[in-house]
Amino acid sequence: MTTTDVTAEGGHGAVPTGPEVPVEPKPALSRRDWPLYECFVRGKRGLNHVHVGSLHAPDDEMAVHAARDLFTRRNEGVSIWVVKAADITASSPDEKDPMFAPSGDKVYRHPTFYEIPENVPHM
Amino acid sequence: MGHEETVYEALDHAHGGEGHWAFGTGFDDPLAGVDTTVPDGVDPADLGEYCLMLGDDALVLAQRLTQWITAAPELEEEVAIANVALDLLGQARLLLARAGSVGVLGRSREKATESIPDEDALAYFRDADEFRSTALVAAPNGDFAQTIVRLLVASTVRLAVFARLRESRDPVLAAIAAKGVNELTYHRDHAARWLLRLGDGTDESHRRAQAGADAIWRLLDDLFVPTDVERRLTEAGVAVDPAGTRDEVRSVLVQVLERATLRVPGWPAEAPPRGRLGQHGPELAELLGVLQGLARQHPAATW
Repeated sequence: MTTTDVTAEGGHGAVPTGPEVPVEPKPALSRRDWPLYECFVRGKRGLNHVHVGSLHAPDDEMAVHAARDLFTRRNEGVSIWVVKAADITASSPDEKDPMFAPSGDKVYRHPTFYEIPENVPHM
Repeated sequence: MGHEETVYEALDHAHGGEGHWAFGTGFDDPLAGVDTTVPDGVDPADLGEYCLMLGDDALVLAQRLTQWITAAPELEEEVAIANVALDLLGQARLLLARAGSVGVLGRSREKATESIPDEDALAYFRDADEFRSTALVAAPNGDFAQTIVRLLVASTVRLAVFARLRESRDPVLAAIAAKGVNELTYHRDHAARWLLRLGDGTDESHRRAQAGADAIWRLLDDLFVPTDVERRLTEAGVAVDPAGTRDEVRSVLVQVLERATLRVPGWPAEAPPRGRLGQHGPELAELLGVLQGLARQHPAATW
């Protein structure tokens, strides 16, 4: 894995790429060729699909099935999305500072100077 | 607690925070709080025997599927197979508990110590000749393709029975069936999806899927011939006559095999029930040796 790059940073959100990582969407012949899928689950009361992990599957349909079996075994979800990792465009760790540091001191971008009315949900 | 854990726990605790383990981690009576009165005009011995038939099929197939753990072709599929096995184990537990609740315990109580609950006594302390499972579920796994064909056939047969059993006059059986239908629908769907891909995949996967179908088809011979117990209980509105499910099962299986570009093997001539009457090949005793060994050597063991 020494030559492997990682296109998204941190935890299970990391998407390894490189010549040895099978993310090419070509017909699968063996495990080595099975594309990597990223899986998202929406919980019963959850508002958004949340990334829960990744898996290998021979095609899209089987990826949904495998995600059901791996990530919703304990009644966690009511909806599953899967997407091929190769189809994700991610920011690069190299660009981290120019990408994210500039927002660090812009406190005025937080809505903390407003009174939020009681009846506004999900804030 | 890391950020990822928090996110996932938020999903897990999406409704109320209590755990959602299938049966909890203890060994409570699975029928606790359920009215286990036997319906009028039904012989409790027949009802118990019928529960053993359905329960043993689930228990034995669960054990067979469990043999793939650490040996499945893919990690993802290993978890899928384990999930199916656990669903079946849950069904077995309820059905064996129902058999115990009407006093059908065979010779198991002579061997099991008092602290062992009925369903465990039935699972771990009956010998092969007391099991009422069919040869279909006891047959060795073979390769992955054959395992998938067997799962397709077994879940199709069981789903056809359970779908009708939801109308059973025994409220316990009806409730067990209602819960099982969703599980079995998924099992059948999972097996069918795999068989489509294996049959219509590479030359090698097609060859193996066809060999699996040829090997499994002959085990259909005694699945649709009712025993006397099933006849009596069907008349009493409690059980399902397996003969009445044959055409539906056949049409589903033919449909899947044809779509999977497989040749449908000839339907075997009907034979009188064997497994349902306790007549089994040596493979069942071998399977039970593994299943029961620990419980018999250490009857009071907990973990």
